[in-house]
Amino acid sequence: MLSLAHFLLIGAVLFCLSVAGIFINRKNVIILLMCIELMLLAVNMNFIAFSHFNGDIAGQVFVFFILTVAAAEAAIGLAILVVLFRTRNSINVEDLDAMRG
Amino acid sequence: MSVEVVVFYVFAIALVFAASMVITVRNPVHAALFLIMSFFASAGLWLLLEAEFLAITLVLVYVGAVMVLFLFVVMMLDINITVLRDGFARYLPVAFVVAVGMMVSLGLIVGTENFGLETVGPAAKASASYSNTEALGRVLYTDYVFPFEIAAVILLVAIIAAIGLTLRPSRQTKAPNPDVQVAVNREDRIRIVKMDSE
Repeated sequence: MLSLAHFLLIGAVLFCLSVAGIFINRKNVIILLMCIELMLLAVNMNFIAFSHFNGDIAGQVFVFFILTVAAAEAAIGLAILVVLFRTRNSINVEDLDAMRG
Repeated sequence: MSVEVVVFYVFAIALVFAASMVITVRNPVHAALFLIMSFFASAGLWLLLEAEFLAITLVLVYVGAVMVLFLFVVMMLDINITVLRDGFARYLPVAFVVAVGMMVSLGLIVGTENFGLETVGPAAKASASYSNTEALGRVLYTDYVFPFEIAAVILLVAIIAAIGLTLRPSRQTKAPNPDVQVAVNREDRIRIVKMDSE
């Protein structure tokens, strides 16, 4: 029999993996964006699990809005990435220090 | 073990495997493909949680649109991967420590003592005539209609921002430039020539 803890634990594992991904891929902006998508997926998993086990559909409505905002964020992030690559010819995070002052 | 427990573990193992491949593979194209696999695996888990509409939406919107966009950008940019992989081994220990520390502390909170079957209880199964899409649409267009419209505006802003960021004006355009037109002086256009009458 599946309990709420099963789904919360899989969400926690997913979140920790994406945090580790941000640490070890800290130079590559594309992988960083993918890790953010994984984090949002882990959060959505928790929302849907609580919605199912509490019998309240509001959690699923919230996931709907998170999906909308995440899609917008991915589109704008990738647009910034394309402009960045055109101007600096690199997506290495360490090259992006123009605003250090 | 019942069938749904077996299904849960199959999808959970696929999800963890795909997520760990996303963060460790060398090629960003492979990372994007493994991210697609992890989206499919979590769509399966969401189906198990009776969230059918969101599971289908995840596959349609994410795999169909967002990941295609990711793959498009990854393949369009000519990236030097070896430079980007420099710090991989150096940051692996700290990443491992942080991830394990977070996992232990999260596991203490969300484990079976607090959210097991004894405390939360099994979820009520929906009847055969229950439609998840209908129930979601019913609250989305009544109780949450204002946030829903704000979400639409956010998508509009995202479209305009993405196009505005990446649009390069064409050099061959014949469109008039109002700024230059307004700034014209009389002296630039008219030359008065004195000449004898014939």
